[in-house]
Amino acid sequence: MKLFDLRGGVHPEGRKDISTERHIRVLPLPKKLFVPLQQHIGAPANPVVKVGDHVLKGQLIATAQGAVSSSVHAPTSGVITALGDFPAPHPSGLPVPTITIESDGEDKWGAIESVDDPLSLSPENIAARVAAAGIVGLGGATFPSALKLNLSRASGVQTLIMNGGECEPYLTCDDRIMRERAVEIVEGIRLIAQAVDAKEIIVGIEDNKPEAIAAMQAAAQGTAVNVVAMPSMYPMGSEKQIIQVLIGKEVPAGGRPADIGVLVHNVATAFAVQQAIRHGKALVSRLVTISGGAIKTPCNVEALIGTPVQELIDFADGYTQPAARLVLGGPMMGQQFTSTEVPVVKGTSGVLALTAAEIGQAEASPCIRCSTCVRACPVGLVPLEMMTRIRASDLASAVKLGLRDCIACGSCSYVCPAHIPLVHYFNYAKGDLATQERAKLKQEATKKLADARNERIARIERERAEAAARRKAAREAKERAAKEAAAKAEVV
Amino acid sequence: MNPIAHSPHAHAPVSIAKVMATVLLALTPATLFGFWLYGWPAINLWAISLIAAIVGEAIVVRMQGRAVRAVIMDGSGILTAWLLAISLPPFAPWWIAVLGSLFAVVIGKQLYGGLGQNVFNPAMAARVMLLISFPLEMTTWVAPAPLGSAHAPGLLESLRITFLSQHIDGMASASLLGHVKTEFTRGVGLDQALAGYYTPLDMLWGSRAGSLGETAAVLLLLGGLFLIARRIITWHAPVAMLLGVVVPALLFNTINPGHYAGPIYHLLSGGLMLGAFFIITDPVTSPNTTTGQLIFGFGCGLMTWIIRTWGGYPEGVAFAVMLMNTLTPLIDQYVKPRIYGRDRKGAALPANKGA
Repeated sequence: MKLFDLRGGVHPEGRKDISTERHIRVLPLPKKLFVPLQQHIGAPANPVVKVGDHVLKGQLIATAQGAVSSSVHAPTSGVITALGDFPAPHPSGLPVPTITIESDGEDKWGAIESVDDPLSLSPENIAARVAAAGIVGLGGATFPSALKLNLSRASGVQTLIMNGGECEPYLTCDDRIMRERAVEIVEGIRLIAQAVDAKEIIVGIEDNKPEAIAAMQAAAQGTAVNVVAMPSMYPMGSEKQIIQVLIGKEVPAGGRPADIGVLVHNVATAFAVQQAIRHGKALVSRLVTISGGAIKTPCNVEALIGTPVQELIDFADGYTQPAARLVLGGPMMGQQFTSTEVPVVKGTSGVLALTAAEIGQAEASPCIRCSTCVRACPVGLVPLEMMTRIRASDLASAVKLGLRDCIACGSCSYVCPAHIPLVHYFNYAKGDLATQERAKLKQEATKKLADARNERIARIERERAEAAARRKAAREAKERAAKEAAAKAEVV
Repeated sequence: MNPIAHSPHAHAPVSIAKVMATVLLALTPATLFGFWLYGWPAINLWAISLIAAIVGEAIVVRMQGRAVRAVIMDGSGILTAWLLAISLPPFAPWWIAVLGSLFAVVIGKQLYGGLGQNVFNPAMAARVMLLISFPLEMTTWVAPAPLGSAHAPGLLESLRITFLSQHIDGMASASLLGHVKTEFTRGVGLDQALAGYYTPLDMLWGSRAGSLGETAAVLLLLGGLFLIARRIITWHAPVAMLLGVVVPALLFNTINPGHYAGPIYHLLSGGLMLGAFFIITDPVTSPNTTTGQLIFGFGCGLMTWIIRTWGGYPEGVAFAVMLMNTLTPLIDQYVKPRIYGRDRKGAALPANKGA
């Protein structure tokens, strides 16, 4: 298949070799699981269990609320011991609403409805089952999958792209799942294709994963699923970039892939979809790569959602040296975390313990305008110019230069010889813009309310005055009538 | 505990000091050739330039209350002084080097706000200042006298040349560009002016009168290719500058070969190679985008050719670079890459669901 060129991009050291040959192993059952209510983009789920309830594995414990949300299920059987706040797997480590389950050690599934011929299901039925299983995008964006299916079906999809890029260094869990569970993934892909009535199905895999490509090609034999090797480059696995490389089209600025008739899902999501529909299993576990120079035995595990990260690190035989930085996800876009008691969530693709040498960060020095960042940017931005505008608090100019088009892939920061934290500036500016917009919306809402109140008061007063006038008129009419009657009587 | 760091949590093994060191390495062969060609006075001049730049920069950075070590160690001041030194006449007196170096790093760079803030290429700004202020010293060229040859000045004699401005009989010479310009003013045609003065092969190797390190065209070219291979610079600006000279030279030479010299003459003389690969590739004062660099480079070449051909000065690289430096912000304003999902004007691409 003909591939298309990608602008920019970088080639960070892969470091995948330290974990890629490690088979997926199931993590031992933890004693306690901490399941946050918000593991997805959108509104947090609403708990439907009480402290003391006994739940079975896969049982719904919190239900989606609002248009964009996702359900949460019990990762194992046990007793709900707390409904409260617990540190989030986020750089802030701030407490978030979390359901704590004490495992009963039996790991017993609740009622499971399996489907023997899943491909006979209607698109609506598939989407409904995906929603019921609490599936979100497992590539890291964690957008509720069922919603994506429904929106895409509504707007029409020509091409379904399955993302097996895994361009982040260190991460090998997508590589492993494709090697070991290719048959299930291909069935999941066909289910997704059926749910959106896609005409064409392309699985894009970076060519640094030959075994995964071979396994997927073998599993896809005789189906409409087309497995394609893509050049290894970061950020090949970014949604916009994989679309550009595979079909040569660009998602319009501010739009969605559906605008050009494309739907992109991650290969691990396809596995979750297959499990949910054929076996009726809700999303209660995921594959996680445990890696980094400070980890003794880097490996890939299947971990239950809610497992404390410390248990994963222990499973990988702990540290060889104190980690300079702990990261959830990949090194290019992952987030630093500080407490290892935080849980694995649906979006956790990796747990990395990195050494200072691996991070390679130095004190920032002045920008020499070398424009390496311009050449690295896969979007076509001029990061150095945006940075100077943001430093001068001139966000409007930064937006004009394309701040909103930035995908925060980190290529610019990675290559900067001055070690300027460019993405940090951009995300700070995006946050500031969001705050400004919220303030503006709030101001507008307040103004609307105030206007409505003034109008209401004016209307009440007007009505009161009219009523008074009517009453006065009626009274006068009455008096006049009485007078006239009296006058008449006198006359008579 | 360390503050929370933002992604990415990986970084390419690069730094400004490494970039500067690579450029210095690329300059070394041409510089060593210059040392050999012009002997001890050239070495003196180079050393004085570097020392003056380091001391001068250290003093002003200290006056600004900033950490001196980091500024000196980034290597940018040394590179500036090095570039200035190799663009000076090799027998120039010590104070030319000191004045030029101080002007480059103090006025040309630090007064603008330090590394990355200057509008003009500091080395070229200093060279132009020296050329305008001290035309005699800046145009007193010498014929090559390689180290070890019979008429090469010894160490002691070289110190007298550098520090006492001692005149050396029989060594004065003119640069090719200067010679041709002078001959033109006497009404001598190009053919006669070039006769016995211009042998392309010598020019290629650099065995000619000229600035300290600008003559070795081949070594400068190799240094430039090394920088391109190491991805420190891209080919765009250098190639565009060479084209900016070659295209008009070829055109006018075809029309009137009796008056306008051909492209080879222009390519191999003066500071063109040095300018194309080491001066206009200065990131601070050149545009950000490859298209911008093409425009910038071509402009530098064209201006160089115009000044050489019709200007009052025989050589125009430094003036051309400074003139084009003033256009850099303008080029960057108008030449930007197309953003993903947008057209050239910045409007979002239309939705297109395909067949």
